[in-house]
Amino acid sequence: MSTATEKPRQQLDEATVRFCGDSGDGMQLAGTQFTNTSALAGNDVATFPDFPAEIRAPRGTKAGVSGFQIHFSSRDIYTPGDTVDALVAMNPAALITNIGDLRDGGILVCNESAFDKKGLEQAGYASNPLEDGSLEQSYKLHKVDMTKLTRLAVEGLGLSQKEADRCRNFFAMGLVFWLYDRSLDPTLRFIDAKFGKNPDVAEANRRALKAGYNYGETVEAISTQYHVGKADLTPGTYRNIMGNTALAWGLVTAAHLSKRRLFLGAYPITPASDILHELAKLKNFDVLTFQAEDEIAAVTATIGASFAGEMAVTASSGPGIALKGEALGLAVMTELPMIVINVQRGGPSTGLPTKTEQADLFQAMYGRNGECPMPVIAASSPADCFEVAQEAWRIAVEHMIPVFLLTDGYIANGSEPWRIPDVGSLPRTEVKYAEPLSNGDVFHPYERNERLARPWARPGTPTLMHRVGGLEKQDITGNVSYDPANHQHMIETRARKVELIADHIPLQEVDGPESGDLLVVSWGGPYGSCATAVHTALAAGKSVAHCHLRYLNPFPKNFEQILRSYKKVLVPELNCGQLLTILRSKFDIPLVGLNKVQGKPFQVGEILDRIHAELEG
Amino acid sequence: MSTDALPVLKPTDFASDQDVRWCPGCGDYAILAQMKKVLPSLGVPREKIVFISGIGCSSRFPYYMNTYGMHSIHGRAPAVASGLKTVRPDLQVWVITGDGDGLSIGGNHLMHAIRRNMDLNIILFNNRIYGLTKGQYSPTSLLGAKTKSSPMGAIDNPLNPLSIVVGAEGTFVARTIDTNLKHMGKVMERAAAHSGTSFIEVYQNCHVFNDGAWNYAKERDEKEDNVLELEHGKPMIFGKNRDKGIRLNGLEPEVVELGKGISEDDLLFHDERATEPSLAYLLTRMRHQDGFPEPIGVFRAVESPQYDDLINRQIEQAIGTQGPGDLEKLFHSGDTWTVS
Repeated sequence: MSTATEKPRQQLDEATVRFCGDSGDGMQLAGTQFTNTSALAGNDVATFPDFPAEIRAPRGTKAGVSGFQIHFSSRDIYTPGDTVDALVAMNPAALITNIGDLRDGGILVCNESAFDKKGLEQAGYASNPLEDGSLEQSYKLHKVDMTKLTRLAVEGLGLSQKEADRCRNFFAMGLVFWLYDRSLDPTLRFIDAKFGKNPDVAEANRRALKAGYNYGETVEAISTQYHVGKADLTPGTYRNIMGNTALAWGLVTAAHLSKRRLFLGAYPITPASDILHELAKLKNFDVLTFQAEDEIAAVTATIGASFAGEMAVTASSGPGIALKGEALGLAVMTELPMIVINVQRGGPSTGLPTKTEQADLFQAMYGRNGECPMPVIAASSPADCFEVAQEAWRIAVEHMIPVFLLTDGYIANGSEPWRIPDVGSLPRTEVKYAEPLSNGDVFHPYERNERLARPWARPGTPTLMHRVGGLEKQDITGNVSYDPANHQHMIETRARKVELIADHIPLQEVDGPESGDLLVVSWGGPYGSCATAVHTALAAGKSVAHCHLRYLNPFPKNFEQILRSYKKVLVPELNCGQLLTILRSKFDIPLVGLNKVQGKPFQVGEILDRIHAELEG
Repeated sequence: MSTDALPVLKPTDFASDQDVRWCPGCGDYAILAQMKKVLPSLGVPREKIVFISGIGCSSRFPYYMNTYGMHSIHGRAPAVASGLKTVRPDLQVWVITGDGDGLSIGGNHLMHAIRRNMDLNIILFNNRIYGLTKGQYSPTSLLGAKTKSSPMGAIDNPLNPLSIVVGAEGTFVARTIDTNLKHMGKVMERAAAHSGTSFIEVYQNCHVFNDGAWNYAKERDEKEDNVLELEHGKPMIFGKNRDKGIRLNGLEPEVVELGKGISEDDLLFHDERATEPSLAYLLTRMRHQDGFPEPIGVFRAVESPQYDDLINRQIEQAIGTQGPGDLEKLFHSGDTWTVS
């Protein structure tokens, strides 16, 4: 590609790169391309896209900064990385908001031309940090006039200046690709596929990408190239997958293997909308996506689809789930199987729509009128969403119950390598409808089996005509009943039905010794940070173990026993202590919380520091 | 009953074993009785019929029908029914709602079900009052109506249900009266036969909280002067002596007396199949308090694409072009790599 002399190449175990710039700078695209390329190169990867709620905040402002972080490694990794080894900042606002995460001695690439008077003012810089020597003291600073170099690269294609400037992210990508010894081929293929219909734009992006790559190779100031080798992953075929995609595919898989139609009732909401988008593409799997007029219609249509006898799902985020509360009570009363997905985001109210949080656990557990328990399960990572979606469906069908499935913005938008499963080995949930009666028998819609599940009687089946609804029902007959004793009996039965699920889920596993000084209990997105922190502490000889919960209601049967096997229990959560409070209400055990509500995931260091402090304290 | 080799159904076959608990004398009884009478004539097996309702007196309806049914939550019946009908187009779905349920808390769902033209049969029991919550004014209560929650008179301008339905481009729009059983039966039959959303407003009397609200349209001595029975292709004539008609004056309807130089040919002729909804809208605006007879019958009956049909056709089309879903193929789409 170039005739420049070979530069020394340094081997690394792992590296973390962050692209940041204005919302319109294409940083999410750059990050995604770098991720896919690294995954294809055999690295383990974990990503953290971080973008503002505004589609286009005023250009050049701090409010409009969008970032994408990729951690890639030759070892197993579970998080997108605490600190950044290489930071690409497309403007002063991106620099000032992200520089704090760049490690000492890290590589800093800045788009020099954006550091003009206006840009500096918008970011709040009194003087140009690229010129006052401050950055060079701590970082390997590379000032690159990406705007000018990109314009030169695309010259002659007849693009307007605006169109030419839109190719800058490809220049930045090319430069980072060279820096980390990555192949351009996957991105070149992407350009063909994405911009094929517009040959000039495709060519411009190709030229910008190659120009960035060649710049890295040629410019003397950039003296070293880095290489991160292949990770030792379990043999198999892999792909990179985002949480929301994995969730959508898990749902489709469950429906397909159950031979049911899949109905998704949804109203667009960040960060859950990608589930709707992904499923809308999969119509040939007999998937019906119903973009409802509001969140309430989305969930009630889902109840209708469940009553009709099909696999019914609704997906939303906290504010939407709040609107669905009354209907979820109806789902509990009618004892129909369905999945309710909450991709959690920062709350309350509109809160931080594009940022992550775990503060809807109470909402899932208690956020309905009356005594209205629901089973709750949570995914731990992007790839885990695939399994959890199928597990939610199994529980819903086998226990005739609506199931809450929690993920969060961090898992939903993050990605990691996913070992593609053998379809034949996937669990298959068999749907058994009630059979027509003979001999004039009377159908009892609320007659229960040993799991307390009632029959699923599909409309269209002769002899099973029955009515369900939100009024309290007499057990067995399903007739409306205001009988006081029956009401108590039904409330207790519905609660017992949830508890009985514990007999039909796996026992809880622990990572680390079976007893000891400290147990870290986590759920949802913090899985990776907690696992990494506990592994690190274990390697340092500490007496610590990790227990990550998928099942939050009911808990696995051996969970209490596990909690009682350690001197102390630490519960890190991205909320003010919701699981902690639930645990305290159930178990008389000393527990401490580690709580963070900043719209950001835990760093490994934050957990590790606390593990050390608890062990010393 | 359903094991009968030749299932000739009777109205009683559609009665569930539940005691009907509406107040004695409620207009709902007539609607229930008429529904039981109409259903056997439709040739649809009972197990293929589903009644979905919201909350309110009218919404107890499904419990009294021996079909599949759901008494859902306040205002949401059209949405529940939409999910049901989308995945199961083979079912005949009836939605039972009232003026509070359908137009107040559930106004949004009603509007969207209608504009999607889902193949649902919606019956709105309009009694101009909240009955189940014991007598507050409803979205159709008249201005000045004195109720428990409006002791000095209601100050909310009432909604006209059929204007909303026509505004949302409803493809089947009709009105009937709880005491006019024959008419109600005919309208129900036509609604069932229509492909797309059928909407029937029933003037229904709540004799406990709003007795006599529709007397002008029901009482023997005055109804003929206050009601205009619509017939497709026929001039709009009404009145005890069939001597009054509706004429169009510019864009406004006016009541005229026949004779004295005005003949039938000068009158407005009903066209329920008009593609544009303007005539239907104009008819929905004719109100008793403004000196007009109120039309009953079918205002509008046109064909238009249905959501439940289109969504299922898109699936067939996707299977046709991409082949039936193949998980193996899906998982391996795009970039993959192999670790050995």
